[in-house]
Amino acid sequence: MIHSLFLINHSGDIFLEKHWKSVISRSVCDYFFEAKEKAAEPENVAPVLQTPHHYLITIYRGKLFFLSVVQTEAPPLFVIEFLHRVADIFQDYFGECSESVIKDNVVTVYELLEEMLDNGFPLATESNVLKEMIRPPTILRSVVNTLTGTWSNVGDTLPTGQLSNIPWRRAGVKYTNNEAYFDVIEEIDAIVDKSGTTVCAEIQGVIEACVRLTGMPDLTLSFMNPRLLDDVSFHPCVRFKRWESERALSFIPPDGNFTLMNYHVSSQNLVALPVYVKQSISFFDSGPCGRLDITVGPKQTMGKTVEALMVTIHMPKAVLSANLTATQGSYTYDLATKVLVWDIGKLNPQKLPNLKGSLSLQAGAPKPEDNPSLNIDLKIQQMAISGLKVSRLEMFGEKYKPFKGVKYLTKAGKFQVRT
Amino acid sequence: NSGTKIHGNRCDGGIKCLKQASNATTTFLCSAAQPLSPPSSVLRNEDLKEMLESNKESLKLEAMKRVVGLIAKGKNASELFPAVVKNVASKNIELKKLVYVYLVRYAEEQQDLALLSISTFQRALKEPNQFIRASALRVLSSIRVPIIVPIMMLAIKEAAADMSPYVRKTSAHAIQKLYSLDPDQKEQLIEVIEKLLKDKSTLVAGSVVVAFEEVCPDRIDLIHKNYRKLCNLLVDVEEWGQVVIISMLTRYARTQFTSPWKEGASFEENNEKAFYASDSEEKSERTEAEAYVMDPDHRLLLRNTKPLLQSRNTAVVMSVAQLYWHLAPRHEVNLVTKSLVRLLRSHREVQYIVLQNIATMSIQRKGMFEPYMKSFYVRSTDATHIKTLKLEILTNLANEANISTILREFQTYVKSQDKAFAAATIQAIGRCATNISEVTDTCLNGLVLLLSNRDETVVAESVVVIKKLLQTQPTQHSEIIKHMAKLFDNITVSMARASILWLMGEYCDRVPKIAPDVLRKMAKSFTAEEDIVKLQTVNLAAKLYLTNSKQTKLLTQYILNLGKYDQSYDIRDRTRFIRQLIVPNEKSGALNKYARRILLAPKPAPVLESAFKDRDRYQLGTLSHSLNSKASGYQELSDWPAVAPDQSVRNVEVVEPVQEWAPSVGKTKKLKSDDKFYSDNEEEKAEEESESSEGSSSSSSSSSGGGKMVADVYSRASFQVTAPSFGPVKTYELLHHMTGKGLSAKYHFPRQPCLHQPGMVAVQVTLSNGSDRSLEEIHVGDRSPASLNIHCFNTIERLEPEASVTVSMGIDFSDSTQAANFQLCTKEDGFSVSIQPAVGELLMPSSLSEQDFSREQGEKKILQAPLVQLQAKCALLLCVFNIRR
Repeated sequence: MIHSLFLINHSGDIFLEKHWKSVISRSVCDYFFEAKEKAAEPENVAPVLQTPHHYLITIYRGKLFFLSVVQTEAPPLFVIEFLHRVADIFQDYFGECSESVIKDNVVTVYELLEEMLDNGFPLATESNVLKEMIRPPTILRSVVNTLTGTWSNVGDTLPTGQLSNIPWRRAGVKYTNNEAYFDVIEEIDAIVDKSGTTVCAEIQGVIEACVRLTGMPDLTLSFMNPRLLDDVSFHPCVRFKRWESERALSFIPPDGNFTLMNYHVSSQNLVALPVYVKQSISFFDSGPCGRLDITVGPKQTMGKTVEALMVTIHMPKAVLSANLTATQGSYTYDLATKVLVWDIGKLNPQKLPNLKGSLSLQAGAPKPEDNPSLNIDLKIQQMAISGLKVSRLEMFGEKYKPFKGVKYLTKAGKFQVRT
Repeated sequence: NSGTKIHGNRCDGGIKCLKQASNATTTFLCSAAQPLSPPSSVLRNEDLKEMLESNKESLKLEAMKRVVGLIAKGKNASELFPAVVKNVASKNIELKKLVYVYLVRYAEEQQDLALLSISTFQRALKEPNQFIRASALRVLSSIRVPIIVPIMMLAIKEAAADMSPYVRKTSAHAIQKLYSLDPDQKEQLIEVIEKLLKDKSTLVAGSVVVAFEEVCPDRIDLIHKNYRKLCNLLVDVEEWGQVVIISMLTRYARTQFTSPWKEGASFEENNEKAFYASDSEEKSERTEAEAYVMDPDHRLLLRNTKPLLQSRNTAVVMSVAQLYWHLAPRHEVNLVTKSLVRLLRSHREVQYIVLQNIATMSIQRKGMFEPYMKSFYVRSTDATHIKTLKLEILTNLANEANISTILREFQTYVKSQDKAFAAATIQAIGRCATNISEVTDTCLNGLVLLLSNRDETVVAESVVVIKKLLQTQPTQHSEIIKHMAKLFDNITVSMARASILWLMGEYCDRVPKIAPDVLRKMAKSFTAEEDIVKLQTVNLAAKLYLTNSKQTKLLTQYILNLGKYDQSYDIRDRTRFIRQLIVPNEKSGALNKYARRILLAPKPAPVLESAFKDRDRYQLGTLSHSLNSKASGYQELSDWPAVAPDQSVRNVEVVEPVQEWAPSVGKTKKLKSDDKFYSDNEEEKAEEESESSEGSSSSSSSSSGGGKMVADVYSRASFQVTAPSFGPVKTYELLHHMTGKGLSAKYHFPRQPCLHQPGMVAVQVTLSNGSDRSLEEIHVGDRSPASLNIHCFNTIERLEPEASVTVSMGIDFSDSTQAANFQLCTKEDGFSVSIQPAVGELLMPSSLSEQDFSREQGEKKILQAPLVQLQAKCALLLCVFNIRR
């Protein structure tokens, strides 16, 4: 399926190539560069391109292009999903997925890519399995390596996970402190129109788990109000039948960090927005200037504080500079990208933050047709805006008492206010 | 050649010197070809060679790491081949792996040297460790050297019969590699594929289907026998395998089952909203009531893929969605909507593909996505291709009820800073206006307002769209045409200018005063215009000449003269043609008379339709669909057959311990009334099965403890065999937890052939621990009568409180209904229990053809029950009960 992979950096240099079948010349990437040239932004390059003999499927992530070459019909999502999985694994192994890190660990990267695909078909994509075969770099090991040059990257035990029917968990896990943490993170996607009415709002939730438990624990996570969850997707470890019948998550967890579940509370349910924004941005016909006035206030926060509040505005090209005063926080205006960022911080309900002032336009340029839209960022600790609550976590199959913890967090996802 | 000299000086042995020198030369040439790599790389590779040939493991490893670094950068390291290949048999695993990487990369170029390594792999193929066998096969099959094809073939055949499923999986991958190396091996490889398709391991299933798709996708006959097994295994196969299996089964199902889409599908479309409100469960029940009866195998596929909509892997969700789209009855397709919309939150690239597929779906089935319309609203931060796709979908979803909402949304988009997107929105408004007649006027007015927009592209796009709209209803709109004529001077985009000119010409009778004036202006600027504008000017001139020759005769001639000497041959051609057509002279003949009818014929209005209109000719989710052109290797999805092919081809022979036991029973042809009963029962049983297996795995520490047991694969596979044994499974109490000091036991007859001995009846016992301490060593103790032949379950070492485990036993009742008494023991206690079978449990189902039936009847082997005869009349295949032995 997947013939070759090229990693390309932001400026268009190919810095790594890997072929799973016969070698394909890197000149095939020229078609991609051509498309990249045409699209102004790297995000705008079409993910699927056709060339005379090959098909190029690309993802853009962390300022890197992962370009895969496919020769015959293959589901494009299959390839895209795999490429993202590769990027996830790099992230997991090296802490970040960037050009410099990949170049520094080129041998490990190559060994990983070798194991992940056989003849272009995914072989091992579970991080737990891969970590048994190829050890992630650690500081200690890199020190020992430079001193003696003997410590090997490759695990000396052969992985058993792949053979078992729970390929996501490695065998023989041991911890002195047994702990299981679950983070319920919800993101609000919303569009609010000029007059402040909600055009659409929905919640995207995810349960991130960090499980460090000895042996083969069998966990059951149940909710106070599982009825909220009508659209879910699971990590393969979750037993679907149990979910169907009892609405509880029953699973043997992978070792370490993983995403247990994703859920979606759709716009048909009413979603309470935690903040409101009062804004007026106007440009005058007479003279090259405009006025801006934004106030943010709390709406439905259930008594919790809104933190890390931030407003980002992509200004029209004609806006030269901004002369504003903020009653709270600070603002910056990037002249090159025309992005105005107002970093507010904590929202104080007694004294609402306000940003006010004038915008100066390029002389002679026509007044911008439209007003820019506002993107809101925020965080609320210890609250899941959908109201989802974990009721308990039970463990079977092992004797010890693990330490358990659940954390809630609400964030703004794609929260946009039109003006 | 200085490079040669340097290396020559370093060497001591004469021959070695020569060899190295030649090597160095080739390197030098190679590096010269790549201007970027410095000439010092020759020297560096020389160090590497020395390091590789040293005795120190660490030096070798260091060298190999650097070599792999070179390969990763795409630099040539082929001259190191001899030095590297020596290390292929190294004991150090990492070194060995890196050598493998190198070997696979360069073996094709250095075939002779690569052969040196083959014996190492052949030896490794015999290793007791399965991982070593597998990795040897992996590398051996990746070396693309034609000479070793026979060796590969042999290795693949052996590996396909290996004990380890992992090695078998590797062999499935190797099949494709060998096929691409030497397609002549096809026949032999198909044999291996056939064998591997029968494999019951979830590990193998995905890989062998990939091989099947690559080598012999047309051999659909190989799938028949494995169809049900694949359906049942699907949930437990790894996610990548699921995608290919689902895609293959979609293709298969379209050739084997009849269409579930009724003739009156359009009627159903209208009722879609009503369907939506109702619960999904209700929907599936409706099918049962309809005259069309779905093949149970068809239903099996739909049922077993549905849970996969909850997969975290977007490719799996998409493949299930396309399966439902292509195979499910119309009203069930809505099941996939929610999951597809969920995928829109994933990465940008995923969004792109999913939106493309939704765009195609939403053309045919508006109702499917209408409730989720707001999920397709555009955000200013979306990438351009995402925006256009969302716009496309919103346009597809527009209907009388929601058009006002959509148009309000579009108004925001028109003002977008992304002008290309604003232009696309105007196109979309145009499409809404033509599709929904109620809003045509509103849209038209809105578009006219846009004509005074400051942005050039917006105005131009509006003109083009207005032109198309006016064509649909030209009568009332002479005001708009006049307005546009006034704007004409300020518009510079050629497409828009051409559109206005065309409008003037087409409706010149409505603007009799303005049109000649516009022509006058055009005559002035003709030479400076774009080709497309020139062509329309010529058109306008011709039309005016025919309708209003008094005013425009001279102007027309002037323009035709200009056109005659134009640089573009297109325009010269057109001018010549028009002149002959409209200006009467001796030569022009008959055509002249018809000039008016030719040029001023009423023209059909253009249909504004979606770019995704005919994409549904490709299977959804495929590369071809995404590109809207056939990708190489694309397999067409066939149309439903009018009459379903023989269903019995999917019946599977039981793997039976003893031949005489009975001919196997497959699915017999059922009466209509049976259908619902059958499927319900099946579901119930399947649930019970997985439930119990899960229970056992979580409690018994001896099993590998998976949530999804490989062990239940067998029970699932053989389950089909006993499919006709419908009826609720009755569970009997064996031991109450009060008498059993916490241990309770229940049993039921699974009505499956007993695996242990043919004469035995299979019994499944579920043991649960109701006490608060764990029970140890649960086993079967004394039995009475002492001669009683029981196949006991293995001793259960430990049963935790609240846990339960299901075990299977075999009991020989000697064809009597006498109870089998035995003791159920724990470490401390023993409890007497007894199992008394009902007569029915001693019988087993078997199928006979009519001929066999009468023959057997002659030999008086068969109990002649009236029921049997009754069934013999209604069914082609007889389902009779044949007493054991």
